[in-house]
Amino acid sequence: MPKKKEVRKIVFNSAEEMPLAPMSIGSMLHNKTGAWRNIKPVIDLSKCIKCGICWKFCPDASIDIVDEWPQINYDYCKGCGICAEECPQKCISMVEEEK
Amino acid sequence: MRKVIMGNHALSYGAMLSRAQVIAAYPITPQTQVVELLSEMCADGILNAKFIKVESEHSAMAACLGASLAGARTFTATSAQGLALMHEMLHWAAGGRMPVVMGNINRALAPGWSIWTDQNDSLSERDTGWIQFYCSSNQEVLDTVIQAYKVSEKLMIPSMIILDAFALSHTYEVVEIPEQEKVDAYLPPFNPPFRLTPEDPHAFGGLTSPDHYMELRYKLQKDMEKVPDLVEETGREYEKMFGRYLGQVEEYLCADAELVFVTSGTAGYTARVAVDELREKGLKVGNLRIKLFRPFPFKKVREILTRVPKVAVLDRNLSYGHHGIFYQEVKSALYGQPNQPVIFGFVAGLGGRDITRESFKEIADYALKHDRAEEEIVWIGVKK
Repeated sequence: MPKKKEVRKIVFNSAEEMPLAPMSIGSMLHNKTGAWRNIKPVIDLSKCIKCGICWKFCPDASIDIVDEWPQINYDYCKGCGICAEECPQKCISMVEEEK
Repeated sequence: MRKVIMGNHALSYGAMLSRAQVIAAYPITPQTQVVELLSEMCADGILNAKFIKVESEHSAMAACLGASLAGARTFTATSAQGLALMHEMLHWAAGGRMPVVMGNINRALAPGWSIWTDQNDSLSERDTGWIQFYCSSNQEVLDTVIQAYKVSEKLMIPSMIILDAFALSHTYEVVEIPEQEKVDAYLPPFNPPFRLTPEDPHAFGGLTSPDHYMELRYKLQKDMEKVPDLVEETGREYEKMFGRYLGQVEEYLCADAELVFVTSGTAGYTARVAVDELREKGLKVGNLRIKLFRPFPFKKVREILTRVPKVAVLDRNLSYGHHGIFYQEVKSALYGQPNQPVIFGFVAGLGGRDITRESFKEIADYALKHDRAEEEIVWIGVKK
């Protein structure tokens, strides 16, 4: 399994050192899209059956499975709510962000 | 081996001999027999390629892009409305540096519905970053597909091989089909500098901030600028191996000409016959057929056209509200050059109306009588 890439802003200083095509220039890791969210998914693990459907459906790969349990990565989750919609146990609720 | 084949099938044979590995296509109008023959070749086992039938031209190009990124040599073909539907994906191909080769049969865009020839479909894709070759014979179509893979894969820029509907696409001509071993010697397997693979995972085409977008496009332009020399080099190499030179332009009796027609596609073929006939009448005319349109062959065009006093550009296309597109481009290439000729712009043959030897006589007559064009566009063969 290849290891995860480091989160850092990549800035090339010349065209020469850049790849030919826009590939892996690091922006997706550096760009923490979680800041766009105004409602966030919260999982009630007491009802979770560890089916992995939320993990599979997340369009932004923002749900990890940690020791068999789903865990939301709020750095990147945009709050689309697909996980809450698809969860067969209805144990994910979308909660208003408060600041 | 010599065969009598139509232009559509010249594209198919070109793709077959180039050993295309993935072919994705939408099979319904405005598609032509290009992919029909390729699907038969795949079914018969003559061609070892994956043939993907898709639900639209947009998907056809998208499938080619995925395959190309994974390291496969890819081919598709389309026309008119189909090409227009691909538009977004054409930008992805060029910007993502995926060297797809595609055949486009020049057909007029609807409305009204038309299946006849007109260059506005491919010229509407002028600024997508694709290399464009406009062909004038079935032999040239076949040969150019093979050359295009070589050019495209070296620079990682996609190529479009363009031919006129009916006048070439459905016209049968004698075509020399090169031997597979010789084509293999000319065109090595596709070996891209980067590819989509689990061995070395990368995200392609992700968000690109103002920190990097401009440099990526700078690199695309710089590589585009290398195309004319590479076409020259690979065209000479092709000539050595197959006896047919494949250049950026085709010059016909321009050296001593007082008037040179600038043409493209099959009109360039007709122009040569017209030049012979006009020369018999004592008129010193010549023809410059532009084959490589993107990138524009500035050097060749300047070299040839700054030696002549008058130039008549014929367009089977129109940028509505401006001029014929080849006319714009030729003027732009010659602007500010020493010995800039007088340049006239003619529009003819839209929507498949015939461009004949008579059309060129009319053009010569106008251009030789006038010191400058009296109208922005001189129309040929329109019922005003």
